[in-house]
Amino acid sequence: MSVAEKVRTGRPVAAREPRVADEHGRRIRGLELVWRYLLLLGVLALTVGPFLWQLSTSLKGPTEDIFSSPPTFLPEHPTLHNYERVAETIPVWDYALNSLKVAAANVVTNCVGSALAGYALARLRYRGRRAATLAFVLAMLVPVEGIVIAQFTTMRELGLNNTLVGVVLPGSVAAMNVLLMRNAFLNLPYEIEEAAFVDGANVWQRFWRIALPSVRGTLAVVAIFAFMGAWDDFLWPLIVLSDPSKFTLTIGLNYLHGTFANDERLVAAGTVIAVAPLIVLFACLQRYFFRGVGEGAVKG
Amino acid sequence: MRASSVRVRRQLAGSPWLFAAPGLLVAGLFVLYPFVSTVVNAFTDRRTLVPGEFVGLANFRELLHDDMFWTGLRNSALYVVGVVPALVVLPLLLALLVQKNIPGITFFRSAFYTPVVASIVVVGLIWVWLLDERGLVNAMLETVGVGRVGFLSDQWLLLVSAMTVTVWKGLGYYMIIYLAALANVPRELHEAAAVDGAGAVRRFVTVTVPAVRSTMVLVGALSSVAAFKVFSEVYLMAGPSGGPAGEDTTLVMLVQRTGTGLTGRVGYASALSLVVFVVTVALMLLVLRADRREES
Repeated sequence: MSVAEKVRTGRPVAAREPRVADEHGRRIRGLELVWRYLLLLGVLALTVGPFLWQLSTSLKGPTEDIFSSPPTFLPEHPTLHNYERVAETIPVWDYALNSLKVAAANVVTNCVGSALAGYALARLRYRGRRAATLAFVLAMLVPVEGIVIAQFTTMRELGLNNTLVGVVLPGSVAAMNVLLMRNAFLNLPYEIEEAAFVDGANVWQRFWRIALPSVRGTLAVVAIFAFMGAWDDFLWPLIVLSDPSKFTLTIGLNYLHGTFANDERLVAAGTVIAVAPLIVLFACLQRYFFRGVGEGAVKG
Repeated sequence: MRASSVRVRRQLAGSPWLFAAPGLLVAGLFVLYPFVSTVVNAFTDRRTLVPGEFVGLANFRELLHDDMFWTGLRNSALYVVGVVPALVVLPLLLALLVQKNIPGITFFRSAFYTPVVASIVVVGLIWVWLLDERGLVNAMLETVGVGRVGFLSDQWLLLVSAMTVTVWKGLGYYMIIYLAALANVPRELHEAAAVDGAGAVRRFVTVTVPAVRSTMVLVGALSSVAAFKVFSEVYLMAGPSGGPAGEDTTLVMLVQRTGTGLTGRVGYASALSLVVFVVTVALMLLVLRADRREES
């Protein structure tokens, strides 16, 4: 069971009275409850506050003092002016499109590649299977930071440095995803596939029609983490991309910050553009994010 | 009929390898081959545009006399020391705070996870602005009469600020891991302790911590490996050259600076990478071994 599900299967809160029970159905005392909410609100201010401050800064016009002390949290005259300026300063929408291309490609390659390889490792009888599994385990254990330089020279040899394909390739079928899919397939009962085999279904049909639909949950986790990983990645695109027209959003933001560090409103607008899509994605697909943490941590 | 089924069988004979091929190709070409080539290059004077020759241990000898290497090693090690205890303890407390199903708790859990979702670049730049000489934190400090602090100009404060950002971004992730572990703690233990008159702190130490100890070890291993490889936070907050006189350079920043670009010293950067690799593996083994010794 996933983390989020585990967490949420607690008893529903009794609705009749304004009394609140904990996960074991015991009452929580009023005073303790007040303390809990105060603490929760404090942590909320610390974790979400910085994002809101950035949003607020990005909406403040050129005449508004963003350095005031005591600080003003809400913009007096909210304006989208800074977002227009970002687009005039760097090709931010092209960068967003590049990020989207890279992330989408990473989702497709990881889903297809890891589902196929995971199925092969889990279900197909063939010589060399243990060696193949070992290869993926080793690949998972190698820290990316330790091999980026060699990855960079490999890309140069392939003539793919400074291309979006070069950005995608090294992580296009992450070993960890292969092993996640392998485990998901291993957890399926054998009998249905055996029945299909007897009925004459070939490997491809068994994979596509029977096994794959049963592991959709894990596949969704792979997809989401592939998207987030590619959208958020920094070190590798920083190394492999040198042509500003090929930049992804994170590299473009780094450039924006490096060149216009003193224009806080501008940088703030840029960061909001970069983070908003992921926050929306997270808001819609929370349970898969949480589930991914649980499954990834066990592996990682 | 029979003949065609034999033909199908034969067609499918190679399919396991076809299925595994894309994954194996990527793992081989972009992970395992680069790893082997990192090891090989570490013993050459290869540059980005020059193939290079075997130089034996020259890179490693140079490393010992390279002040920047020791700076990087020091900072990356300090990062582990500073970040790991916080990331082992704070998310556990946070998980306890959001464990009980009180109204609105799902909202709080999700909100606390938001920093995990954001790119480290976004997070880094948000904090660069927050900790700016004229930013929000200093404005608030000034309002309460403390005066402004140069979080991003002092060598050590910079490192501490970057660590704070790392912890801030990691809290929600490890909180979720702890939540799963806490769900498995039998409540009888808590009840028995409560009956015995143990207070909240006492129960935390005698019941919760022993019950989630293996998770704490896992979090310790994951976070120490990640902390030693720190790059983005410091790169963004201290700048590409690593703060005043490069004193905030971390080991991975040094790898990136040395080995990339058209003049990159691939051989030397590979030697540095090997150090990163060896320390990472050592850290993991250390944490796991400490765990086993404590258990016995």
